[in-house]
Amino acid sequence: MPATAIAEAGPAPAATPPATPASFGTLTLRWYRLNQGRLRATAIGIASLIAFLLVWHLLTTYRVVFFVRFTNVPSPLAVYASFTTAIHDPKFLMHILLSCRRIFIGFSLAAIVGVPLGLIMGRFKLAHEVIFPVAEVLRPIPAIAWVPMAIMLWPTNEQSIVFITFLGSFFPILVNTLHGMSLVDPVLVRAAQCLGARERSIFREVYFPASLPHIFTGLTVGMGVAWVSLIAAEMISGQYGIGYFTWEAYSLVQYADIALGMIAIGVLGLGSSLLIRGMGQLVMPWRST
Amino acid sequence: MSEVLANTSKGHIEVRNFSLAYETIEGPVQAVTDTQIHVKPGEFVSIVGPSGCGKSTLLNAVAGFLKPTTGIVTVDGDRVNGPSAERGMVFQQYSLFPWKTVRENVEFGLKMRGMPRSQRERAARTLLGLAGLEAFEKHYPEKLSGGMKQRVGIVRALATGPKVLLLDEPFGALDAQTRVIMQQILTNMWQRLKISVLFVTHDIDEAIFLSDRVYCMTARPGSIKAEIPIPLERPRQQAMMMSSEFLALRRGLMSLIREESLKAMGGEINDMGMQGLNIELHGHSLADVI
Ligand SMILES: Nc1ncnc2c1ncn2[C@@H]1O[C@H](COP(=O)(O)OP(=O)(O)O)[C@@H](O)[C@H]1O
Ligand SMILES: [Mg+2]
Repeated sequence: MPATAIAEAGPAPAATPPATPASFGTLTLRWYRLNQGRLRATAIGIASLIAFLLVWHLLTTYRVVFFVRFTNVPSPLAVYASFTTAIHDPKFLMHILLSCRRIFIGFSLAAIVGVPLGLIMGRFKLAHEVIFPVAEVLRPIPAIAWVPMAIMLWPTNEQSIVFITFLGSFFPILVNTLHGMSLVDPVLVRAAQCLGARERSIFREVYFPASLPHIFTGLTVGMGVAWVSLIAAEMISGQYGIGYFTWEAYSLVQYADIALGMIAIGVLGLGSSLLIRGMGQLVMPWRST
Repeated sequence: MSEVLANTSKGHIEVRNFSLAYETIEGPVQAVTDTQIHVKPGEFVSIVGPSGCGKSTLLNAVAGFLKPTTGIVTVDGDRVNGPSAERGMVFQQYSLFPWKTVRENVEFGLKMRGMPRSQRERAARTLLGLAGLEAFEKHYPEKLSGGMKQRVGIVRALATGPKVLLLDEPFGALDAQTRVIMQQILTNMWQRLKISVLFVTHDIDEAIFLSDRVYCMTARPGSIKAEIPIPLERPRQQAMMMSSEFLALRRGLMSLIREESLKAMGGEINDMGMQGLNIELHGHSLADVI
């Protein structure tokens, strides 16, 4: 909510209930009191963002050199200028679209494989015993370290980048699902058994919903790692994508585009994690208060 | 609907020559030894005893969660092999499914039976109305008080029309006022349903107030120290807890338990014998009584 909301939102609630005898002023005051905490946080948040931009602006206009060198760093205004041109450039939009597509495919595959695998490993000892050691050995390998291997494994560049993205998000999803399964309250399982639930129903009606909060933690973390892995893979082996765009800008000495690419990556990452959170609230209505 | 919900058998619980040992690294831990108990159809029976004496162990074996090391548990002559909807259970920890609304919790057992949605919704609503919970049907358990959660737990356990109801210190975590109300609600439901109840508690007053018969257990390894019939007339009123009859029963049970904590070991079974009386069971479930 922008800062202007403080001024604008006041009259709205006061105008809606004409039946109440409370005056315009009282209602505004009441609304202000009820939302004071949130308004404060919003105001401070906006102020701190403005301060950040201001510092950035000053550091770059005066080309400060103090341990780090701001000589070539683009100013916020330069980045804004390159943003206005990029937004009309179909090539820039294609970079973004392609990155989103890779994230979507890689992350979805990771969720489609990771969640059920975690559920099965959490429920069936044998599956856990067989799969867990392999997962533990592969897990510490960063997705970026897979790049050469991925290029060998997959016929096209596109596939290997999606594979890297998949790997990045797969392990957080698997591990968190498994963790959620291990925390399922055994009393709930017993309660279900006493009500006539068999294995299949217990899985669907108890284990799965009980693990959902942790599954969504895994999805959120996995989405973050997916972006990290994607950008790295695009910088190394891509021809398109926002990571490639950012790297290319550096090679082409278009400094403003570097920052633009970085900001675009940040915004996309934020957007996709908000999307996951929204989905979580939709799927777990009992947790939203 | 009533065919599905109806409980056709009687709910006669029989536990014979029962013992149960937990396997641990230090060797077997004998939790319960040499125990015989029974609950006649429609009877309300409590088990009291010091904490750690094996009350939950015994109840969990009746529920089918634990296998007896020796002995046998039967309900209406059928050996108990595992948990089943025939034996409803209410746990001390509120065991409602947090992701289901109050009504969905109550519906769960009926859903497991394959009852169609509209039918089980109707049944659940009626049951909740009976327990005074209709206003909360759409709430998630998290928003309910402890007493309400436990009321939902009882209704949920009864919804499928089980033969017997097992309760493991269901009111242990509630405050005194709420507990009294819950006892009244449980008594009402039991009387309407004529279901057999096996009730575990460490509260002597609660056991006397609710039960037809009370088993008193020894300290671990638990066995039955005494079996005390409670001849107080029904319906029971709160005022009865002041009566000389009640107080005499209370004194008796108190001294048994105190003795137990002092002696640490007792174990003689005070078998009062079966009364040879078979209460006529109408075989109705909660849904039919309404
Ligand atoms: N899973 C277990 N493993 C080992 N010992 C146990 C286990 N569960 C219970 N016990 C022991 O068995 C005894 C009886 O436990 P329990 O039936 O829970 O007692 P109560 O319900 O009367 O308090 C206790 O002394 C407890 O320590
Ligand atoms: Mg216990």
